[in-house]
Amino acid sequence: MLRLEKRAQPSKQWAALAPVLAVLITMVVGGGLFALLGKNPFEVIRTIFWDPLFGEFAFYYRPQLLIKAGPLILIAIGLSLGFRAGIWNIGAEGQYIIGALCGAGVALTFYPLDAWFLFPMMILAGALGGWAWAMIPALLKVRFGTNEILVSLMLVYVAEKLLAAMALGPMRNPEGHGFPGSRNLQQYESAHNAELFTGSGLHWGGITALLAVICAYILLNRHILGFNIRLLGQAPRAARFAGVNPNRLTVFCLGISGALAGLAGMYEISGPSGQVSIDFNVGYGFTAIIVAFLGRLHPVGILLAGLLMALTYIGGEIAQSNMNLPAAAIQMFQGMMLFFLLAVDLMANYRLRLTRAEVS
Amino acid sequence: MAISNLTKTYPGVVANDSVSMELRAGEVHALLGENGAGKSTLVKMIYGLVKPDSGSMKFQGQSFTPANPHTARQAGVAMVFQHFSLFDAMSVAENIALGMENPPPMRDLSDQIKAVSETYGLPLQPDHIVGDLSAGERQRVEIIRCLLQDPKLLIMDEPTSVLTPQEVGVLFETLRKLTAQGVGILYISHKLDEIRELCQHATVLRRGQNVGSCVPSETSAREMAEMMVGSSFQTPERSRHALGDVVLKIDKLSAPSPNEFGTPLREISLELHAGEILGIGGVAGNGQDELLAALSGEMRTVADAVVFEGEVIGRLAPAARRKMGLLTAPEERLGHAAAPDMSLTENALLTGAERENLTSRGFLKWGAAQKFAQSVIESFDVRTPGTETAARALSGGNLQKFVIGREVLQRPKVLVVNQPTWGVDAAAAAAIRQALLDLATEGVAILCISQDLDELIEISDHFAALNEGRLSDIRETESLNMEQIGLMMGGAHGMEVAHVEA
Repeated sequence: MLRLEKRAQPSKQWAALAPVLAVLITMVVGGGLFALLGKNPFEVIRTIFWDPLFGEFAFYYRPQLLIKAGPLILIAIGLSLGFRAGIWNIGAEGQYIIGALCGAGVALTFYPLDAWFLFPMMILAGALGGWAWAMIPALLKVRFGTNEILVSLMLVYVAEKLLAAMALGPMRNPEGHGFPGSRNLQQYESAHNAELFTGSGLHWGGITALLAVICAYILLNRHILGFNIRLLGQAPRAARFAGVNPNRLTVFCLGISGALAGLAGMYEISGPSGQVSIDFNVGYGFTAIIVAFLGRLHPVGILLAGLLMALTYIGGEIAQSNMNLPAAAIQMFQGMMLFFLLAVDLMANYRLRLTRAEVS
Repeated sequence: MAISNLTKTYPGVVANDSVSMELRAGEVHALLGENGAGKSTLVKMIYGLVKPDSGSMKFQGQSFTPANPHTARQAGVAMVFQHFSLFDAMSVAENIALGMENPPPMRDLSDQIKAVSETYGLPLQPDHIVGDLSAGERQRVEIIRCLLQDPKLLIMDEPTSVLTPQEVGVLFETLRKLTAQGVGILYISHKLDEIRELCQHATVLRRGQNVGSCVPSETSAREMAEMMVGSSFQTPERSRHALGDVVLKIDKLSAPSPNEFGTPLREISLELHAGEILGIGGVAGNGQDELLAALSGEMRTVADAVVFEGEVIGRLAPAARRKMGLLTAPEERLGHAAAPDMSLTENALLTGAERENLTSRGFLKWGAAQKFAQSVIESFDVRTPGTETAARALSGGNLQKFVIGREVLQRPKVLVVNQPTWGVDAAAAAAIRQALLDLATEGVAILCISQDLDELIEISDHFAALNEGRLSDIRETESLNMEQIGLMMGGAHGMEVAHVEA
C-alpha cells in the first residue's frame, strides 16, 4: 500500500524539479491521448513545442509568443500577489476589459490629436480603469465581508456587457459604415502601441511585464509589504499578531492586480487587437490564473510559465489547423500541465512510502 | 499487564526502544517522561492505535496484540484522552452512547450513567448538553464512558491539566475507588506532586527507553525530574527586589470576544508594576486568549481601558505597541506566535521588525534578521539545524523557547505571556521560567497567564484568576494556599460546584 507522509522540511530538489517533471509527464500522457485520437504523438508534440520556435514558419509564430505571453505574465504577476495573501481575484478578465476601454476611451476622445503625451495618458487611464474595477470587490469585502471570488467573477460579465455596449454605441467608428467596433488604433499613430523592434513581437506591454516581474520579486523577497503578504497567506493569525492589517492588504492586492490587468488590456487594445470590438477579450484574465499557479506564484516562475503557456497556445493552434486536432484535445493538454504540476508539487511536502497492508 | 521489548520506529526517530514494564491489577502506575520521550506512542500501542514493530504484550496472562482500539476495548482496555472527543450539541447520554460498542437503549443507559456516577462519586446529569459543561464535567463524561465498558485497565493521558484543584481531588477519589476494585490504571502526567500523591509505581521513559522505575511516595519530585531529564537542572531562582512604578494599567476592560465561541472580557482591572510578575490562573477558555489579544493589539478596545506608561493605547495596532515596549507571546505556538512554514529567520522578523531595526524604509535587512534569529537560538539553547529551518520542524519545546526568547531579547518594558511552558519538558520549562524571573529582576513587568498553578506559585509575586472573563481580586501569591486558589479560579460558580460535591 502506498502512503503519503509529510516531510519535516519542504524538499528543495523536488520543488525545483517539479515543473520540468510536470511538463514531461504531460508530454507522455498527452501523447497517449493524441495517439488514441489516431495522430502520431511525436509529431503533435513536436508541432506544439518545436514548430512555433524553430519550424518552417517560425518567423511568423515567434513574435506571437511575446504578444501572447506579455499580457499573461502581466496579469498573472498581479494575481499572484493576492493569491499569496489568500485574496482571490478571479475577475482579472473584467479588469482587463475595463482597462482596455479606459485606454481606448482616452485615445478616441482626443482623436485625431497628435501628441507625445497621449500614449502615457492612455497607460495611466488603463491602469486606473483596472484598479477602479477591482476596487469594487475590494471595498465590498472590507466593508461588508462579501466574497471577493464571487464579486470579482460576476463583474467580468458586467464588463463584457459594457464592452459590447461601447463597441456598438459611444465608441463605434463614425466612419465605419455602421459596422460595430471602434476606429482602429493601429492606424492612429499617437495612440498605437507598436512593435518596438520589427519582427520581435515585443511592445510596451512586454516591457511592462518584465518590469512587473522584477518589482514583484523585490517586493516579495526584500520588502516588509511582501513579507506581510506571504505571512497573511500562510498564517493569518500570526499575521494579525505581527500587526498586519488584513483589510489594507486586501485593498492593496486587489488594487495592484486590477491595475496590472487593466494595463494588459490597454496594451492589447492599442496594439495587437487595435479596436474596441465585441469579441475583444479572449480569456487572458482566466488563463493568467493557470499561469500564476503554474509558476507557483513566484515571479520568475510566472515569467517562464507565461512563455510556456503562450507556446502551447500557438503550438496548439498550429496543431489544430495543420493536423485536424479538436480544440478540446488541446485544452485538455493545457489543463493536464497544471494538473500534473499540482500532483508533482505534492512531493515537495510529502514523500511516498511503501507499507504493508495493515490488518483491519 | 506485562510489556516486553516493545519497539516502534518512526522515520528519523525511535519512539520506543525495547520498552518493558509491568502493571499490576489494582495499582495506579505512573508513566513519566519529557515531551517526546515516547509515552504517547507506548499507550497508543496498548490501545491498538499504533502497531509495534517488535516486542510483545501480555494482558491478564494472555498474549495481547490489539489490531485497533475496538479489539483493545473488548479486551478491557479503556483510555481517557487529553483532548476530549465529545459533541458539544448532544447530551451527556448521547455522547456516551456514541462511544460504546453496543449501547443499550437510551433509558437504560441513563440509569446506568446515574448508577455509575453515584458509585464513583462523579456527579453528572445524563440529559445535560455537553456544550454547557465545565472541563471537569466533560472529563467525567469521558471517564464514565470508559467505566460503563467495565475496563480492567484504564489509561489516563494528562487528566488534570484542565482541572481546578477541587476537581482534581474528586478525580483522585474516583481513581482510588477503581483501584480498590482491582482495576489497573496507567497514569500519564507531568505533575510530579500529583504522581507522588496518587501512584504506587512509576516508570520513567527517556528518549524512547525505559530508564528506570521508582516508588513515587519514596522519591522526591526533584529526583524524578532528574530521571526524566537525565541530568540535574537548576530550579529557577527568584531574587527579592522592590517593585517599581505602574507601567501597565488595565481599567474596567470589557470587550466581546473576536471569535464566536470565545469568552467576552468583563470589567477587568489591574495594575502592573515594573519588576513585578503577576500570575493569572484559570481554566482554559475563561478569557485568557482574549486578554492577551486585547494587550497585543490584535483586539482593539476602548482607548483608555489599556494604559501603558501613562499613554492610552487601547486603540493602537500591534506594531505601535511593540515599538513602545509592550511585547506579547501567545499560547498557540504554530500559527499564532509563529508561522509554521516560514524559517526561523522569517519568524524572528515577525515580531522583531520594529524593535530590532530589521527594516530600513520598508526594505528587509535579511542579514540582521538572521543574526537576531541566531542570537535567540544561542541564548535560549534552541535545538535546530539552523536559522533557515521551518518553524514547524522544531519540537514544541524548542519552538516555545524560540518564541519566548524572541520577545525577551527585544528588551521589553512589559511582557505578556500566555502558557509559556505549555507542553514543554521540565528542563526547558525551568529555563523559560528562569528567563522570566531574570527579566523581572531587571525591572521588566511581566503578566504571566498560565494554567499551570505550580508555575504561577513558583514565579509570580501576585496572583489573580480569570473566570468567565472576570478577573478575581489580586492577592499576594505567598499568602495563598491551594484551596484558596481553587476558589479564586472557580469564582462564585466554583463554590457552587464545590458545594454539590461536598
